[in-house]
Amino acid sequence: MKRPLAVSVVGLLLAAAGIAAAQQDLAAYVSGDRRSGFTFLAPETRALQTDEFRNPGMLWVEEGERLWSVAPPGGQSCAGCHKDAAVSMKGVAASYPAYDEEQKHVINLEQQINQCRGRQKQPALAWESRELLALTAYVGRQSLGMPVAVKIDGPAAQSFARGKEEYEMRRGQLDLSCAACHESQVGAKLRAEVISQGQMNGFPIYRQLWQTMGSSHRMIAWCNEAVRAETYPAGSQEYVDLELYAKWRGRGLPVETPAVRR
Amino acid sequence: MLVPVTVVADGIPQPLMDKPGDARRGRVIAANSDRGNCLICHALPIAEAPVFGDLGPDLRGVGSRLSAAQIRLRLVDPKRQNPDTIMPAYYRTEGLYRVARAYAGQPMLAAQDIEDIVAYLKTVTGE
Repeated sequence: MKRPLAVSVVGLLLAAAGIAAAQQDLAAYVSGDRRSGFTFLAPETRALQTDEFRNPGMLWVEEGERLWSVAPPGGQSCAGCHKDAAVSMKGVAASYPAYDEEQKHVINLEQQINQCRGRQKQPALAWESRELLALTAYVGRQSLGMPVAVKIDGPAAQSFARGKEEYEMRRGQLDLSCAACHESQVGAKLRAEVISQGQMNGFPIYRQLWQTMGSSHRMIAWCNEAVRAETYPAGSQEYVDLELYAKWRGRGLPVETPAVRR
Repeated sequence: MLVPVTVVADGIPQPLMDKPGDARRGRVIAANSDRGNCLICHALPIAEAPVFGDLGPDLRGVGSRLSAAQIRLRLVDPKRQNPDTIMPAYYRTEGLYRVARAYAGQPMLAAQDIEDIVAYLKTVTGE
């Protein structure tokens, strides 16, 4: 009788330690009242994201790492100018979208990558193309764990204000704003789905529903369609502004690229 | 064109159609996720669809709590009863922003569908 009791006590202690460790893990995905979508996931899905050998998004990161050093005919590779991404790209994704002096407006990371390609006389990569998702994921990965910190003042202030307006505007046949769900109904259930804060600290994400990687703008368009609203095209200023505002809402949350989501 | 409705107090006493609502059909529309999709936000005693959301009030027993007129308004245009509600209007086409082209000018449900759901919800009297 003694032994099974001892075993069960040890088992309980281990289980308690496991629960404490899991809670500690989640604390890294919270900043003030901001909670990453990670904290709303089932433990299995969280484990899929944090294990880089199992995270399906890492295939895009690896492809991006390869593309980083591929020089196009008549142009420089990314590495040609930026050298080691682990050094030069560290923190970059945490600060995008950002005001661009050349464009005179706020641009996001995909647009920054395409702007660089333009300088090398290369055609822009298409939204949701394997290459653009791969490079964005690779650059994003270099900020892993760094706190989201976008600039919203100075030349970005107008874009930020427009993004907030977009966020709060009811739209579509269902007459819902982003805020109606992702601020007022966080934690409530839509059938079996728990409503998250709609944070954008993990893009591009591997979304299980899509069974592939997707950009922040694909996600926003998906939400627009869910409320039966007209979408804007990926790369539209409306979506860049909205992305800036959404990124700011998640200020301090760690970059999780490539996040795994439902 | 939508059937005009008249709101009296917190309800719409006049049915939208002459044909009485069909509760059985209303139950099917309520459960269908492409039609009423009520279960995405509300609990209803529909055994074959046991998973429901909790954004909206639990509707078990609603038929005892609300009149047909009150239920009808809450389906047609719930913001007229509660301007802060996030529940969509199921029978309204005006005052909406950027409705997807495929749905523009159309209410979420037809007038007869509304009457069928009213009839169904009036039968939902117990748990």
